[in-house]
Amino acid sequence: MDGLELLIAASLNAGTALAIAGIGLLINERAGILNLGAEGLMLVAAIAGFAVAVHSNPWLAFAAGMAAGALLAACFGLLVIWLNTNQVATGLALSIFGSGLSAFVGIPYVSEKLGEQAQFKIPFLGDIPFIGPALFRQHPMVYIAMALVAALAWFLYRTRAGLVLRAIGESPESAHALGYPVRRIRMMAVLAGGAMCGLAGAYISVIYTPLWIEGMVAGKGWIALALTTFATWRPARVLLGAYLFGGVTMLQFYFQARGVHVPSEFLAMLPYLATVVVLVLISRNASWIRANMPASLGKPFFPGS
Amino acid sequence: MLRLETRPQPSKAMSFASPLIALAITVVVGVVLFLILGKDPLAGLRMFFVEPVKNLYGLAELSVKATPLILIALGLAVCYRSNVWNIGAEGQYIFGALGGGWIAMQAGPGTEWMGQGYVVLILLGGVLAGMFWAAVVALLRDRFNANEILVSLMLVYVATLLLSWLVSGPWQDPNGHGFPQTITFLAQTKLPRLVQGLRAHIGLVVALVAVACFWVFMFRTYRGFALQVGGLAPAAARYAGFSARSALWVSLLLSGAMAGLAGALETAGPLGQLTTFVPVGYGFAAIIVAYVGRLHPVGIIFSGFLMSMFYIGGELAQSRLGLPKALTGVFQGLLLFALLACDTLIFYRVRWRSAPAAPPTSNISSTAAAVAKGA
Repeated sequence: MDGLELLIAASLNAGTALAIAGIGLLINERAGILNLGAEGLMLVAAIAGFAVAVHSNPWLAFAAGMAAGALLAACFGLLVIWLNTNQVATGLALSIFGSGLSAFVGIPYVSEKLGEQAQFKIPFLGDIPFIGPALFRQHPMVYIAMALVAALAWFLYRTRAGLVLRAIGESPESAHALGYPVRRIRMMAVLAGGAMCGLAGAYISVIYTPLWIEGMVAGKGWIALALTTFATWRPARVLLGAYLFGGVTMLQFYFQARGVHVPSEFLAMLPYLATVVVLVLISRNASWIRANMPASLGKPFFPGS
Repeated sequence: MLRLETRPQPSKAMSFASPLIALAITVVVGVVLFLILGKDPLAGLRMFFVEPVKNLYGLAELSVKATPLILIALGLAVCYRSNVWNIGAEGQYIFGALGGGWIAMQAGPGTEWMGQGYVVLILLGGVLAGMFWAAVVALLRDRFNANEILVSLMLVYVATLLLSWLVSGPWQDPNGHGFPQTITFLAQTKLPRLVQGLRAHIGLVVALVAVACFWVFMFRTYRGFALQVGGLAPAAARYAGFSARSALWVSLLLSGAMAGLAGALETAGPLGQLTTFVPVGYGFAAIIVAYVGRLHPVGIIFSGFLMSMFYIGGELAQSRLGLPKALTGVFQGLLLFALLACDTLIFYRVRWRSAPAAPPTSNISSTAAAVAKGA
C-alpha cells in the first residue's frame, strides 16, 4: 500500500482543528482584536469537551468546548474591550491561565479513555479507490469545518453585518462615528472567535487524539494565530494553510512509517519550524502585510478618550 | 451604570496599589477554590504564604526559585518597555541550560587547574546560547518582518525538542540505564553556595547585581532612555532619531542573555545535570513577574519572590494537602489577569452614571451622550 491517501486523510484530520481555530481568530482579527489566548482557550475547551465526552457523546462535547471557549473569551473581551487593557498581555494571561486551569481540572481524566470511535464513510464516494480513503472517510466535523469556512467567507464579503465587522477592524473611529456600537460588535466577534477556538480544542481531545494529556494542544493555538497572517486574513486561505500545516504535522508519521532515519524529535519540530518559515516568507514584504492586515488590529478603541 | 473616565494623569498610587489589589483578588479566588475542593482555606493559604518564609531553609528554597524568575523578568521588562514582545524566554532559558550544560560536560582532568572559576565559563556559555536563540528572533523580525511573538514562541517548542533529543541521544549518560539524562556534572562545575547546608547559591547575588545594572541601564543611560521612548511613543522616537532596529536587537539580546544566564545558573546550581525536566515554565512565569513588578527592576525583586512563593506553595499543597500542583499555574494566570484588570484604574477612574445625563448644546457633550448610550 502506498500510504499517500492515508497521509492526505490524516492531513485533513489534523488540519481541521487548525482551520476551525484559525477562522475563529480570523473573526476576532477582522474586528481588530488580537487574541493571543487561543492556546489557553483551546486547552480549557479540550478538557471540557473531553470530560463531557467521557460521560456522553461527542456532539455534546463539542457544545461544551464551544461554551468553555466562549466563556473564557468573554473574560478576555471584558478586559480588552471594556477595560481597555493591552491585548497582547491579556492574551498571554489567558494562555497562561488556560494551561494552568486545564492541567488542574484535567487531573482526574488523565487515564480516562473514550469509547471506540465510530468509523465514518460517505456512501458511494467513500468506495472510490484512492480518493475515497483520502477524502471521504472523515469525521463529519472535517466537512463541517469546510462549510464553516465557506459560511464565514460569505458572511464577511456578502453580508452587511460582515461589512460592518470589517469596517470596525479597519477603522473603529469611523464605524463609531457612523453610529455602530463598536465595542458591542467587537465583543460578539470575540465570543464567536472563542467558541470556534473552543470547538477546535474539543475536536483535538475528542476526535483527533481521543484522550487527555496536559498541554495536548501543543502549540496549535499559536500556529492558528500564525495561520491568519499566512492567509492574509482571507477565510479560504486559512483552510488551505490549515491543511498544509496538517500535512506537515503528519509528515513525521509518514516518514517514520517509511523508515526514514531522522530522530523523531526533529520530525516533531517540523510544524513549528514550518510556522517560522511561513511567517518569514509571508511577512517579508512589509507593505503587502500592511495592506492586508486589519488596520486597527491590536489597538484598543475607547470612545470618548 | 458603571463608566470609565480618563484620568487627567495616570495615577501613580494606583500603579503601586494595582499589584496588591490583584494579589488580594487572587487570594479571594484561591479561598473559594480551596472551599470547593473541600480543603481548609486557611491551611491552603498557609502553604502559599507562611510555610515558604517560616524558616531559613524555606527562605533559601524561595531564593533558589526566585533567582531565575528575577533574571528572566529583568530582560523581559526591557523588551516590553520597548514594545518588543519576546514571549519565548522559556526557549532562551533552555538554550542557556544547553550552552552551560555543554561546557559543564567538558570539565575533566584537564580543567582542574581552573577550580571553581570554571563556573564562570558555564555562565558565559549560557549567556551566549540564550543570546543566540533570541538573536534568531531578532534577525527574522529585523530582516523579514516576521512577528516576534509567534516566532519566539515557536522556538520554545523547537528548543524543548532539541533538549529532549540531546539528552536521549548524543549527550546521554552511557551509564544512565537509558534514562534521558546527561552525566552528573563534576563538583568543579557546581555553583558556590551562600550558606553551608542550604541550597541558596550565588545566583541570588548575581540576580541582585543584575537588578542594579538594569536599573542603571533603564533609568540612567541614553540607550535605556531611547529604548523606552521607542516603546511609549514610536513616532517621537523616530523623530528623535532613535533607531527602532537597534531597540529590537538590544532588547532581544539582553533578554536572551538574561534567560540564558538563568538557564546556566539552574544547570550549574540546583540541577547538576541536563534532563527533559529542565523547562519548568520559568520563562512564562517571568512574564507575570515582569508585569507584577511594574516592569521595574526593583519591583521585579518583590514579584520574583512572590511568584517563587506560588511555586513552593503549590509543591507544599501537593505534598501536605494532597492538592494538585497545577494550582500554581491557575493562580499565576489569575494574578496576571487580575493585575491587568486593575491596571485599568491607573489610567481611568470608575464613575457611576445613571442615564445619559449629559447636558445638551456643545459637540463634546453630544459625543459623551453617544458614549453613555453604550457605544
